[in-house]
Amino acid sequence: MNIRKTLSTIAAGILLSLAAGQTVAADSIKIGSFLAVTGGASFLGDPELKTLQLYIGEINAGGGVNGKQIELVHYDTGGNPKKSVSFAKRLIQKDKVDLIIGGSTSGSTLAVMPLVDKAGMPFISLAGSVKIIKPVKRWTFKMPHTDAMAAAKIFGDMKRRGISKVALISGSGGFGKSGRTQSLALAPQYGIEIVSDESYGKKDTDMTAQLTKIRDTDAQAILNFGFGTGPAIVTKNVRQLGITLPLYQSHGVASKKYIDLAGDSAEGVRLPAAALLVAEMLPDTDPQKPVLLDYKRKFEAKFGPVSTFGGHAYDGLHIALEAIDRAGSTDKEKVRDQIEKTQGFIGTGGVYNMSPRDHLGLSLDAFKMLEIKNGDWTIVQ
Amino acid sequence: MLDQILQFVLTGITVGATYALVALGFSIIYNASDVVNFAQGEFVMIGAMSAIAMSAGENGLSPFLALPLAILLTIGVGIMLQRFAIAPAKGASVVTTIIITIGASIFLRGVALLLWGKDIFALPHFSGEQPIHIGNATLLPQNLWVMGGAALLVIGVHWFFNHTHQGKAILACSCNRTAAQLVGINVGKMMMIAYGLSAFLGAMAGLLVTPITFTSYDAGVMLGLKGFSAAILGGFGNPMGAVAGGVLLGLIESLSAGLISSGYKDAIGFIILLLVLFFRPSGLFGKATAERV
Repeated sequence: MNIRKTLSTIAAGILLSLAAGQTVAADSIKIGSFLAVTGGASFLGDPELKTLQLYIGEINAGGGVNGKQIELVHYDTGGNPKKSVSFAKRLIQKDKVDLIIGGSTSGSTLAVMPLVDKAGMPFISLAGSVKIIKPVKRWTFKMPHTDAMAAAKIFGDMKRRGISKVALISGSGGFGKSGRTQSLALAPQYGIEIVSDESYGKKDTDMTAQLTKIRDTDAQAILNFGFGTGPAIVTKNVRQLGITLPLYQSHGVASKKYIDLAGDSAEGVRLPAAALLVAEMLPDTDPQKPVLLDYKRKFEAKFGPVSTFGGHAYDGLHIALEAIDRAGSTDKEKVRDQIEKTQGFIGTGGVYNMSPRDHLGLSLDAFKMLEIKNGDWTIVQ
Repeated sequence: MLDQILQFVLTGITVGATYALVALGFSIIYNASDVVNFAQGEFVMIGAMSAIAMSAGENGLSPFLALPLAILLTIGVGIMLQRFAIAPAKGASVVTTIIITIGASIFLRGVALLLWGKDIFALPHFSGEQPIHIGNATLLPQNLWVMGGAALLVIGVHWFFNHTHQGKAILACSCNRTAAQLVGINVGKMMMIAYGLSAFLGAMAGLLVTPITFTSYDAGVMLGLKGFSAAILGGFGNPMGAVAGGVLLGLIESLSAGLISSGYKDAIGFIILLLVLFFRPSGLFGKATAERV
C-alpha cells in the first residue's frame, strides 16, 4: 500500500516536472553551459560566464530572439572533466537545453564530446585543442584558434624574414608540449628546420643552460612555446647571454603582464595574438574593429580588463543565436545545420566561415603578428 | 665547450644557492623540533609577495622599508605556525606533524591567493641588469647578490648555532628536550626562535631571488620540494650538509640540462638523489644513525 503510494507520488512528480519543463521550453530558448568558473582554469571560465550573462541579459532586454527570451542554465565544473561529463548529462537529460556552449578546458570538452554526439545536442566548445575539430565530429563546433594556427603564423613570418633554421625551447606544461608537437609537425611545410629542441620545467627559474646550448647551434631564430613565468625568464636569459637572434613567443604570453615582467629584454620580441589585444591599433578598414571595440567597451564597463577567453564566449553565443534565428526553431538538427552554414560571421576571434569539413572556420588572419616596441605592442604588417 | 661548462656551473651555483637557503630552513626546524616543515617554500613566497605588495603602487613604501617589513611579517608567520599549528600537536608522530605542515602550506597558499591573486610578480633588480662577462659566460649582478647573500646567511647561521648561547640552547632542545627543560632552557621560546629563524631564511631567499625568478602565490611549492631534496641529499638535520646538498642539486640540474638533456634534468637530479640514499641512507654528510629496537 505504502509502496504504491510512494510510486504514484514519484510518478506525479515526474509528470509535473516534465510539464513544467515543457512550458518553459515553449516560450524560451534554453542555452546550457558548463564552464571552469572556479579552480585553476578560472581565468578561462570566469570571463566566459560573465560574457554570456552580459549579452544574454542585453538580448533579452531587447526582446530576445524570434520573440523568445533566452534562458541560461549554467554549472561550474571547477575545470574538472569528470564533473563536466555529469553536468553535460544533466543539461541534456534533466534541463533539456536546446544547445550547449561551454567546456572551458580541452580536457572538459574532449570528455563531453561522445555524449553530445550520442544525444544529438549542438555543442559549441570554448577550448583550444585542435583535437576537438580534427577529425570533425558532427555535433561539436569550436571558437578559439588552435596552437597549430599560432605555429603556422610564426613560421609564415619567419619565412618572410628568410629564416630557415630555428631553435625550439618549450615549457613542460600541457600548453608548451602541445605547441612543441604542433611546431615540429608544421615546420617542414614552411621549409624550416628545427636545429635544437630544448625544454624546461613549469616552475624552473633559470634557462641559461638550455639557451647556452642553443647559442652554439647555427639557429637563426629562437621560438619559445610556454605559459606563465617561463617565457619571461627565457626572454631575460636570452638577452643576458648576449644572444641577438630574433626571439618568437607564442600567443600564451599575449598579455601586458609579459612585457611588465620581461621589461627591456622584451624589445623586438614577436608573437602571434588575437586581434582583441590590439583592437585600438587596427586600421579602420578592418571589419573586426567595430566588433572588438564594442565588446571591449561593454565588458570593461562592467568587469574590468577584457581577455580573449571571454571573447570566445561572445562569438559562440552569437553564432548559436544567429543559427537559431535562421533555423526559425530550436529543432536540434536544423540548428546544427545552420551553425555549420555560418558564413562571414565577424566575431572577436576572427571571421568565421564554417563548413561540413571545418567546424572552426577561422583562417590564419585571425592571428595578428605583433612586435614589442618601446614596451608596447605594434602590429607587424 | 669550456665556455659552455663555465656558464652551466655559474647557473648551477645561483640556482643551488636558493635551494641551499630553503634546505637550511628545513634543517634548522628539523634539528630543533624533529618536524619536517613542508611550509618552508611558502616562507619564500610570503617574503617576496609581501615585499611586492607593500612597495606597489604610488603610495607604496620605499624598498628600504618594505623589505625589512616583509622579513618581519614572514618571521611572524613562522612563529604563528609554530604556536598555533605545531605546538598544540606536541608529542604527535612524525607523520602527523608532516600532515600538519602540508596543511599549513596549503592554507598559506590559499591566503596568498585571496590577498594577491593569481598574477605573477617581480621585484626590481638590486643593482641593475647589466650582465657581467666572465670569458664567454655571463652573470647578472643579482646572481652575485644571491650567492653572496646565501653565503653570508649560511656563515651567520653556523656562527649562531656554534657560538651563541641561544643557538646552543636550541641544539640542546633537539638533543634532549626533557634534559634541556631541566637545566632551565625555555623550550617553547627556543622553538619559536627556530621557526622564526627558518622563516627569516625563507624570506631572505625570496627577496634575493625574486628579481630573477619572479614569484606567484604558488611559487613556494617547487622551491619547497627542491629544498627538501637538497636537505636529504646533504643529510637531513645537518645544516652545512643541507647547504652543500643545495648547491650540488643546482649544479646537477644545470649540468645535466646543458650536457645531457633539458627534458630529463629533473629526473637525473632525482635519480642521483635515489642513488645517494641507496648507498648512504643518511645522505652525503649525515651521521649514520642506529635505532634501538
